[in-house]
Amino acid sequence: MPLFNGNDLVCIRGERTVFSGLDFSLDQGDALILKGANGSGKSSLLRLMAGLSQPHNGFLKWNGKPISYDMEDHNSRLHYVGHSDPVKPILTVRENIQFWSNLRPKNLIINSPTTALNKLGISNLENVNGAILSEGQKRRVNLARILTVQAPLWLLDEPTTSLDQKAEKNLIDAITVHRSNGGMVVISTHVSDIVSNAQELDLGNFQANTP
Amino acid sequence: MKKFVFIVRRDLHMALRQGVDSLMIVAFFAIAVILFPFGIGPEPNILARIAPGIIWVAALMSSMLSLERLFQNDFDDGSLELLALQPVALEITVVAKVFVHWLTTGLPLIIVAPILAIMMGLPEEGLWSLIIALCLGTPCLSLIGAIGAALILGARRGGTLLSLLVLPLYIPVLIFGVSSVDAIINEFSNKSQFLILSGFLLASIALCPWACAAALRQSLE
Repeated sequence: MPLFNGNDLVCIRGERTVFSGLDFSLDQGDALILKGANGSGKSSLLRLMAGLSQPHNGFLKWNGKPISYDMEDHNSRLHYVGHSDPVKPILTVRENIQFWSNLRPKNLIINSPTTALNKLGISNLENVNGAILSEGQKRRVNLARILTVQAPLWLLDEPTTSLDQKAEKNLIDAITVHRSNGGMVVISTHVSDIVSNAQELDLGNFQANTP
Repeated sequence: MKKFVFIVRRDLHMALRQGVDSLMIVAFFAIAVILFPFGIGPEPNILARIAPGIIWVAALMSSMLSLERLFQNDFDDGSLELLALQPVALEITVVAKVFVHWLTTGLPLIIVAPILAIMMGLPEEGLWSLIIALCLGTPCLSLIGAIGAALILGARRGGTLLSLLVLPLYIPVLIFGVSSVDAIINEFSNKSQFLILSGFLLASIALCPWACAAALRQSLE
């Protein structure tokens, strides 16, 4: 039995069927890359996986149990990076990261904010206010956030947006370490070969045929 | 519980660093009350008679002013989404945010209200009743208002919509808040008004966080 799988998922936004009949399954150390044109439902699928929205039909299961049974449980095993980077302008980078790791169970904290920032090459920004960060730096702070607390499932929605090559390399390294520790990662991206030996899911194949 | 404290601390921290917001609410409250003597004329009897009502209405308006931002910033920068994805019940997060809202708007209003009441010539015996009524009533305003603040997320002209949603729900608090002061001035007991206001408060604490969390989940979908 796969650790995390989705079965016959249907997603409807407004009146439009975004995708239907979608299946996926992930095991420890697996990576899944979501491909597809704009509007094909990559973000919608990630939001379904995170539990932010409910599938119109079908099941998402963790270890055989539907994730909707215990959302708090599901929340503690996932990290989600969405389109926007929640970095508060009037808090320092360190305070921003610290806040999010405070909300997680203490025994799962694996890195201090300083170490996490170091891994993304921005340890010099630790005491800087969020207000003066560039888009790329904000994204790196957001990524540093997920390095502080252990969670088996990473859901990354276009994580490389506004990152430079060096930061992209840091992210790829972090994902490799995460996978070698048995973590799973789902990424929507247009950048090819961001992770090695990954499953690919082209959402274009699950579009509804009706116009 | 610990996580509740973390959220309160972070929000309070941010509110204090942007201290002007709280100050502006208080200033609005004071100016709104001060306008009435100018409009009505310096007739002590009339002013003393309408003082509780004016102070309460101005308090409703001021507490509503800051409601729009209760979730809006977190909604815009993606924090709200992420808060909903933490292993903390969204209801707890809501209570923490409402508590901070009360600390930064309700509490300052309660502190300023007696000064304004004296200025309006409210009889001395009504002062304490006004303070107690505000202590019971303003948390209700924050709690009820939070539902409205959650419902308007993502809507255009949210502020106007918010007042349409929330002000009618404030009416019961207004009625009993004002009548608790009026009763004591007219030498009646106001115990029943206080009991009803306490009832409102308990009911809002019990119900509003759930309604508000449900509205937030809806807006995040």
